[in-house]
Amino acid sequence: MKRIIYLFIISLVLVLVPLNANAQCKGFAKKICRMELVPYIHDGNYHAAILLEGEEAELYKTFYSGQEYRIAICGSDNLPEIEFTIMDANKNVLYSNKDNDYARVWDFNLESSQQLKIAVTVPPGGNEAEEPESGCVAIMFGLKVK
Amino acid sequence: MRNIFKNHLLMKINSFPMFRYGLLLLAAIMFMASCSSGGKGKTGEPEEVVVDISQIDSDFLDDIGEVKKIFYSLPSPLETAMMIRSAGAVYNEDLLNSIDNASNYTTTKSMALNLGSYTCDLSFASLYDQTEASINYMNAAKKMADGLGILDAINDETIQRLEENINNRDIIMEIISDTFMNSSSYLQENNRANVAAIVLVGGWIEGLFLATQMVDEDSLDSSKLVNRIMDQKMSLEIVVKLLEESKDSPDVISVMEDVQNLKASFDKVTITTTPIEAELDEETNVTVLKSQTQSSLTPALFKEIRDKVVVIRNKYIS
Repeated sequence: MKRIIYLFIISLVLVLVPLNANAQCKGFAKKICRMELVPYIHDGNYHAAILLEGEEAELYKTFYSGQEYRIAICGSDNLPEIEFTIMDANKNVLYSNKDNDYARVWDFNLESSQQLKIAVTVPPGGNEAEEPESGCVAIMFGLKVK
Repeated sequence: MRNIFKNHLLMKINSFPMFRYGLLLLAAIMFMASCSSGGKGKTGEPEEVVVDISQIDSDFLDDIGEVKKIFYSLPSPLETAMMIRSAGAVYNEDLLNSIDNASNYTTTKSMALNLGSYTCDLSFASLYDQTEASINYMNAAKKMADGLGILDAINDETIQRLEENINNRDIIMEIISDTFMNSSSYLQENNRANVAAIVLVGGWIEGLFLATQMVDEDSLDSSKLVNRIMDQKMSLEIVVKLLEESKDSPDVISVMEDVQNLKASFDKVTITTTPIEAELDEETNVTVLKSQTQSSLTPALFKEIRDKVVVIRNKYIS
């Protein structure tokens, strides 16, 4: 009976730990990353994930002419500076934060509506012998109310 | 020390058959958790030429390398409402989904679709400073969120804060954005990405419905709203990808059928664009993405799209 209880507790811990990590990710996106959007209004969409050093994420979105956008991309403190590039549908790089001191935000508007890709990379850690760090990475969009 | 621990653990495992079954159970739980956590691994010099965007879209979205996580982002109900307003639309409350319908929505699919539609209507009403309608639509959205078991996305405190700041549009926008983020993050974190996707589609269809209904058919060529509607051809590609991520869900399959039906009409819209040039305004630190787009929509095709949107939207809100 004790063993069953023991197994149940371990199972519960293993299931709840990722959920707790996700909950922390939501808190990080909401309390830390969203602040980067000010004075723009957050569009309300939630894009965040736990990534390891060396991992990548991509986001596809249509951006509309006539709107003013701010993109904010943030990683938790234990991760290295997050890199991101914005590409058009022909894979031309329109912006890279690597060329801009790893800025967390990018403000832009468009003459015509476009589908763009945002490629996000958590650079690999310096020490290969160590376990890679993992942390929350959030991608958020701000809009200007006119 | 590590080896001693390892040997000790192996001895323990070998001595308890139940423990081995337990490990299998744990492995199964971990496997299921990882499958449903939302992480999705996939394998998979501009000249002055005009490019047909419909050719690009499908290739562009399929060109996914070795990445840990892929997001397909639709315009949120707030962004949709802002687009409609900035295109010069006039507020017409008769077009919105009646709050009286809220009690009709009892299934997960209908509540998810109408959480999206009510949030879009709420955003729309708020952007036009319609205070009473804003409170009513927030209450309707709360009903949907509660029905979906989304804990505390919209609570009594939210409604009170909305009422207290009803004349402050910025705070109202912040509240709407906050509640929508609470709903979508709750659904995603609780492995209900299928429901989160349906909420987004519900808001997107409502926005498309409002936009198509507000177009003056006599001035299709000069209408900003028509341009916004044609732009949805690009978002439609993303809608399809988003729904494909949850294609095991019967609710998603039925929504996908409607979306594919609509896509068949949007596929006839032609959009061509010149390559984009990014130009930074040093003074404001804002980049302008410069490009020229040409698109065409015949009156017949506009009517076809509008009629399909009406059928889908009425199905969703009835």
